[in-house]
Amino acid sequence: MGIEIIKNIFRFFLLLALQILVLNKIQLSVYLNPFLYVLFILSLPIETPRGLVLVLAFITGLIMDMFGDTLGMHTTACLFVGLLRPGMIKLISPREGVDYFKPSLQHLGLPKYLVYAGVLVFVHHFVLFFIEYFRFAELIHMFIKIFASSAFTLILILISQQFFSRSKSNS
Amino acid sequence: MRNFINFVIRSWFFILFILLFGVSLLLLFSNNNYHKAAYINSANNVSGKVLEAESEVTDYFALKKANALLAEENARLRSQSRSAYEIANKKFFEKDDTIHLLKYNYTAAKVINNSTDRRNNYITLNKGSLHGIKPQMAVISPNGIVGVVKDVSQNYSTVLSLLHKAVRVSAKLQKTDNFGSLAWDGTNPDYAYLRDIAIYVKLKQGDTIVTTSFSDIFPEGIMVGTVDRLEEKSNDAFHLIRVKLSTNFSSLTHVYVISDFTRAERDTLEEKTIKAVEHDANGN
Repeated sequence: MGIEIIKNIFRFFLLLALQILVLNKIQLSVYLNPFLYVLFILSLPIETPRGLVLVLAFITGLIMDMFGDTLGMHTTACLFVGLLRPGMIKLISPREGVDYFKPSLQHLGLPKYLVYAGVLVFVHHFVLFFIEYFRFAELIHMFIKIFASSAFTLILILISQQFFSRSKSNS
Repeated sequence: MRNFINFVIRSWFFILFILLFGVSLLLLFSNNNYHKAAYINSANNVSGKVLEAESEVTDYFALKKANALLAEENARLRSQSRSAYEIANKKFFEKDDTIHLLKYNYTAAKVINNSTDRRNNYITLNKGSLHGIKPQMAVISPNGIVGVVKDVSQNYSTVLSLLHKAVRVSAKLQKTDNFGSLAWDGTNPDYAYLRDIAIYVKLKQGDTIVTTSFSDIFPEGIMVGTVDRLEEKSNDAFHLIRVKLSTNFSSLTHVYVISDFTRAERDTLEEKTIKAVEHDANGN
């Protein structure tokens, strides 16, 4: 349990640093804004109380907002991820009786993890870009951005999951 | 009552969500309010320091380009300075000119955070209230306009980039003085759109667009960009002009913050007029 907490704290700082110092600086296109930091909320241990997930999501979003001057945007988007996470976890639970598993690519397999991460990333990006645009005239741009960026974030999540699981099995 | 308590206990998770959601909505609206300064932003002590440390490293990669840009500007300013002129008419010339009043002061600042790929882009500068920066001051680069100061802390300030939904700039054709309103459409950071210029105004590619004197933020005549092409728009009395912005937002390093010494006077006068008009309207 103690190791799990330290691991999550480490993941929190690593992902936020990566997001703020690297991914936010790479200006690929107006339609491609990856937000890999959501992976922190996705990979919190399954037994984390739902309320705590919500509070952690709130804090994560607030820090992102602080560095991006987007006060409230990431906070709201992360809150929705925290709200829907328990339901998604119930949906992907292997079967009755098995109550311990890690929400990771390694433990869930590609199809289930793709559903889990895909839905939550899409919700996060939808809320985020909906607030960012909030203008009827730019609806098409908004949807292009939501789909393109969600796909991009998802690819980054899968790559980093692959990377982490491999380094773990080596050690 | 019992039912209510049962409900609260059963759905405390949802109530916690509503509570936090309320807080984040509050933050969201306070950020959009321009008269109220936000404190959770990239200009605060923690984020400002982190971003500054990061830009210390990454700035080296942009050094060559930044130097060339500043050297070019120096050359341009030198050719405008007094030493570049010769007195042509030896009979009459002004010695110490007191007609001109100093109106603008320029403060150099360094960009420590910037983006061009968001719908609403912000810039963070390494100068703040200690250096005389105040909200609503204009920010320009050696090449043209950049944005408007939003929030200020002691050592840092955040700027609404021209590439922001809320920024509109009053701009005109340098040749003919026809003016319109310029805004970014959220797609390509190299181009913005100028509206409200009547269809009878003759335009051609490459015509210079500068700021007007109507703006209460930018001084008159600051370079905005050049006419790139006219968008086809039927049934309308106005052009829709795609403007190639002269500022390269993706490689912004050094900028100037402009303080206007007559600003306070102008603001109080305009406020007084608006109040008087409102008072009249209420009276009748």
